[in-house]
Order: sequence, then C-alpha cells, then structure tokens
Amino acid sequence: MRVVRDLEWQGPVPAGEGEYGEFFAAAAEGRLLIQQCPQCGNRQHYPRALCTACAAVPEWMEAAGTGTVYTYTIVRQYGVPAFAELPYVLAMVDLPEGVRMFGGITGIDPEAVEVGMPVTAYARTYDDTHAMVFWEPSQ
Amino acid sequence: MAPHLNSVQHHALAARRAIADCGIAKSAIDGYVSTSGGGPGAGDDAVSMAEYLGVNHRYIDGTMVGGSSFEFHVQHAAAAIKEGLCDTVLVTYGSDQLTRMGRVLGTGGFQRDAQPVAGAMQMATPYGLPLVGAYALAARRHMHEFGTTSEQLAEIAVGVREFAGLNPDARYSDPITVGDVVNSRMIADPLHKLDCCVITDGGGALVLTTEEIARDLRHAPIYVLGAAGTQTHWNIHQMPDFTEMGAAVCGPEAMGQAGVTPGDIDTAQLYDSFTITVLLMLEGLGFCGKGEGGAYVTEGHLRRGGSMPTNTDGGGLSSNHPGMRGIFLLIEAVRQIRGDAGEAQVPDAEVALACGSGGWLSAIGTVILGKDRPS
Repeated sequence: MRVVRDLEWQGPVPAGEGEYGEFFAAAAEGRLLIQQCPQCGNRQHYPRALCTACAAVPEWMEAAGTGTVYTYTIVRQYGVPAFAELPYVLAMVDLPEGVRMFGGITGIDPEAVEVGMPVTAYARTYDDTHAMVFWEPSQ
Repeated sequence: MAPHLNSVQHHALAARRAIADCGIAKSAIDGYVSTSGGGPGAGDDAVSMAEYLGVNHRYIDGTMVGGSSFEFHVQHAAAAIKEGLCDTVLVTYGSDQLTRMGRVLGTGGFQRDAQPVAGAMQMATPYGLPLVGAYALAARRHMHEFGTTSEQLAEIAVGVREFAGLNPDARYSDPITVGDVVNSRMIADPLHKLDCCVITDGGGALVLTTEEIARDLRHAPIYVLGAAGTQTHWNIHQMPDFTEMGAAVCGPEAMGQAGVTPGDIDTAQLYDSFTITVLLMLEGLGFCGKGEGGAYVTEGHLRRGGSMPTNTDGGGLSSNHPGMRGIFLLIEAVRQIRGDAGEAQVPDAEVALACGSGGWLSAIGTVILGKDRPS
C-alpha cells in the first residue's frame, strides 16, 4: 500500500486506543490490516479484542489493498473547518478478503465515482507513525 | 423553538401535561423511564430527572439507543408492569437542541474540533462523515440495487408536508412538490436538504399503567398490543446490508405479538429522520416488498386518504425533530386511536404502528398500539 507522508492533516485524528493502534501503525508502514479468527476463520474490521462470531482471540492478516465501491456519498455541505474543501467522496469499500471498510475516495472527479468501481488503498499519515486508509481508482 | 425552556424543563412540561391529561395521581407513579435529550451536561439523565420530577420509583430504565429509545422504553415498561415490578410508568423526553446548538447537528457533525476520536467512530469521523452522509450511503445503495429515484424519495417528504399543513405547531407547513425536494440544495448525494428532518426543540411524555388503574382515568385506555426491538449495528460502517434495517426483524415480531399483519394497521408513524429511513422501514415492516418502496410511496399510500397514512403530525421531516423523535411517534399513534388528530384524523383508526430508528439505521423499535383490549 502506497504511503503518502507529506500531508499536514487538519482534521480530527483516530485516538488509536487498544487494537486500533496496530491498524493505524501498520497503515503508516504500508500494510492494510484486517483480523482473522484462528478458530473459526471469521474475518472482521474494525479491529477488536475478540472474534464477533466465536469469541476467540483474532489474529492480524494483511489484506491485498484492493476493493470495489459498495456505496458512496458526495459530501457537499459540512460545517467543520477541517473539511472546508468540498465536495469530497466517502465510501464503503468491499475487500476481496470479505470485509467492508469505510474511507475517503480521492484522485477522481466526485461525479465519476460509481458503485462497483474498483479501487486501490493508500495510506495518508496523520503523525509520524500512524496513517489513515484512503482509496483511489485502480489503474 | 422554545428558548425559554431548557431540556430538563421540556421533560417537566411534558410530564405535567401527560399527568394532567390522563388524570392519574402523581403519587401513583412508581416507575420512571427516560434518557437524556439534552446530552452531556444537560442534567436530564434518568436518575437526575427522577429526582427532579419527584418520582420515587420501584422500576427505572435509562435505555439509550438513540431516537428509537422510546419504542424500547415502551417494550421495557410494558414488560415491567406485566411482571409486577411496578404499576405505573412515566416516560419523559425533553431537548433544547435547537436553542442550544443551532442547526449544526445534521451537517455539522459530532466532532467539531480536532480532538482524537475514540472507539469505532474513529474509523469514520476523521474522514469527515456528516450525519446526513451516513444515511446517504444507504440511499445510494438502495438506488443502485433497486433503481430507486430521488423523485420517489421526495414523494415521502411531500406527503409528510401535506400532513404538517394540518398541524398548527409544525415547523414547516407550506405545501411542497417533488420538484421542490429534488431541486433543494444537495447536502450529501443523493440526499437533498428537503430529504432531511428539521431541527427543533421539544418534549413529550407517556403514562403506562395497568388496565385496572387505567379504567378509572380520564381516557379510554390505549393498549400496547406488541413491542419489539433489535439492533443490527451501531456505527453506519458496520451496517450489514445498507438496504435492510432491523425493522425486518422487530416489525414482524411486534405484529406477531399483536396478532396483526401490515394490512391491519390503520396508520403508521415512522421515524423520518431522512426520507430514506422511511423507505427502508416500509420495506422492513412488510408494507411493501424489498426494493419496492419507491414504487409503493409513489402510489400515494402514505398520503392523507391513502391506505397507510403516515406521519400524520407532519413527522420529523416537517413538524419537529429535537434529536430523538421516537416519543412523538407514540404520542401521534395515541392521538389517532383516540380520535384526537383533528383534520389529520385517519377515519376509524384502531390499530397504529410506531417504528423508531436510533443511531444510524441501527437500533430499531416497533410498537403496535390498539383501541381494543388484546384477546
């Protein structure tokens, strides 16, 4: 996963407590993590301290970093100064590994985004060691 | 807007009116159910309000599942009364949201500064997800899967506004057209401004009691025929299927308890935080088939004189939405069954359904109220 390190992130950042920290730290190293249960095979995202299917302790698994758009919205009004650059696209992305992930889609005219569109993950750091995952159209 | 009242006073005013309306002695109230409408710092949490109102309860419940909390409250209160944990439960709600916050809630989001976001919301809030945007994700997916159109969603807002025109207390009452809705400002595609509920202050209260006690009160009792709730997720990004809400589970369960089918319902009060909320609810409750909501609403069923007059008080889309609207669904259902709904009265309304949605299409509660004693 490509990592963009030159960004001065103005918005609110993830707190990264508990299992969340590993997810955002791995993203800063270019790895997109989801969780897989060693007992029942269930895959899940966001990260948790237990498997939601069988309550065993889940393990980390690296996802390929690809996906397709399940649904999206174009945000055109939001009264938060950090998000003053409108419009922007937010989406749910289906990963081939079987989980669905929320994130922003960049690198495309918002009007051109479509459900089913293939997208590729990239990371944008918000501090020295943590990054949020975004998506852009697959080449 | 009611700038002379804070959230606690909204609770109190509603409690006063409900107690006076039903004619029960305040001292008879031995159960209290509520949740904070004012939010952190408002001092209107359940235990604080029980003290303020002077209710020395034997049963208390502060369930907070968002806007549908009050449908869950009825479920819990009815069970508590049936089980003998208490005899008479007061449910209250109050919120000074508009006075306190202005109109930032829908498009201003919960996180207006750069504080780190904890919990599962940190997977979405840092990207700039407004409340409207969450519902827009569901609307877009429904459009993709079923060909639902903005014009069909607009039909819901138009029908609700028609009823608002009959409610002198409604926030907006001038008639609107489908064109007005789809030409109103786009907030988060595909939801326009008029696909979104209003932001107001407000309060409401309910009194639930045993049939024996109710017999001596001012009104003929309205019976709780069924009450059920379910949660499929909390955060929008965890919604399993963006075209299906928990109404598909708790709707049939509540109707099963009541021994009714959708065809037996005379009027529906459906949580209209956004037009898409109503559409998904209609499908989940079985008023129409999955994916057929767009065509169903266009046939006019929800309108005055239709087969399922919906949100006869003008709903959240036009009348009032102080943040958690679930109690008003129940109050309007009661008014309809009592025959007190004025020009918006559904003729011979005997069975009414209230369905609330809390969170982000997350915690859904369905209550069936009836004129006749359950058999």
